[in-house]
Amino acid sequence: MTLSAANGGVLLAIVIMALVTYLTRAGGVFVMARVPIGPRVERFINAMAGSVLVAVITPMAVHGDGGARMALVATAGVMLVLRKPLPAIAAGILTAALWRLVAS
Amino acid sequence: MTRPDTSRPTLGHLVDGFRRMAPLSLFVIVFGLAFGVAALQQGLSAAETLLMSGLVFAGAAQFATLELWGDTIPLLPLVAITLAINARHLLMGAAFYPHLRDLSSGRRYASLLLLSDANWAMAMSGGTTAARLGILVGGGLALWSTWMIGTGLGVAFGSGISEPDRFGLDAIMGCFLLAMLVGDKRDLGVLLPWGAAALAALAAMAWLPPHAHVIVGALAGGVVGLLLPTARKEASP
Repeated sequence: MTLSAANGGVLLAIVIMALVTYLTRAGGVFVMARVPIGPRVERFINAMAGSVLVAVITPMAVHGDGGARMALVATAGVMLVLRKPLPAIAAGILTAALWRLVAS
Repeated sequence: MTRPDTSRPTLGHLVDGFRRMAPLSLFVIVFGLAFGVAALQQGLSAAETLLMSGLVFAGAAQFATLELWGDTIPLLPLVAITLAINARHLLMGAAFYPHLRDLSSGRRYASLLLLSDANWAMAMSGGTTAARLGILVGGGLALWSTWMIGTGLGVAFGSGISEPDRFGLDAIMGCFLLAMLVGDKRDLGVLLPWGAAALAALAAMAWLPPHAHVIVGALAGGVVGLLLPTARKEASP
């Protein structure tokens, strides 16, 4: 299926893309509102929540350059010690910048 | 003074969420700018680019589908790529559901309009239900506003600037999400599911179609969490 860009085709495609995206935003909640939440579902959801972020971050660490990797290490380290996000993120960005400055 | 209801967000919670998300949102301006520039170069008009950023509000999917916009637009790839990249929202919404349970369905589904990685991660990292909802909606508004400002700057000045380097920005978003992740849990019981999630994501990147890795990793982590014995919790009820 192909839309012609003329005659509002672009607008229609944008609206379709927006609807699909909103369905992903609402779909998980829609399903959860209809399943009974026992301890097993709760365990799954709790473990899955952090795993989403792990799965987003891991490729950045593995396929990123040295600066990106060291930035993540610095963020995790500061976060574990201070438990404050802003210093942790600042340390990460600073580390990446310094690493790239030195490495290039 | 009435008893404070911790589950119902007030305007104050939204403003607070907006404020807490503001620092990271500033970086989103550069993401938006990069998208605006790239979309113009692809041949989209300024109005179309702004409309897409405003309605779709999903940077990764917008970048990934950019090359599809031409004289004709192949709908199936557009929908498939958008679904694949944004499928993580399904899991994110499901994980956040406990904080939406007591809302009317109108408010519940309106609260999800601006769900994205950063405000979801911050909302999951802790607080009362009202504070979390404030971050989801108020923080979402902060991210949406700066995404639009960035897109606007990109389409306004796009012809004059080359596409900014997105890799430095990806690192910033990675650091933010990691900080939210580490702040979330303190017990070591999460290490097994998270390790499984990381391995599954890498395996999916190597062997499965593009964009499948987030959902594969997240589901793998969830299944490991489900199978793990919760000895500590059951021993001390």
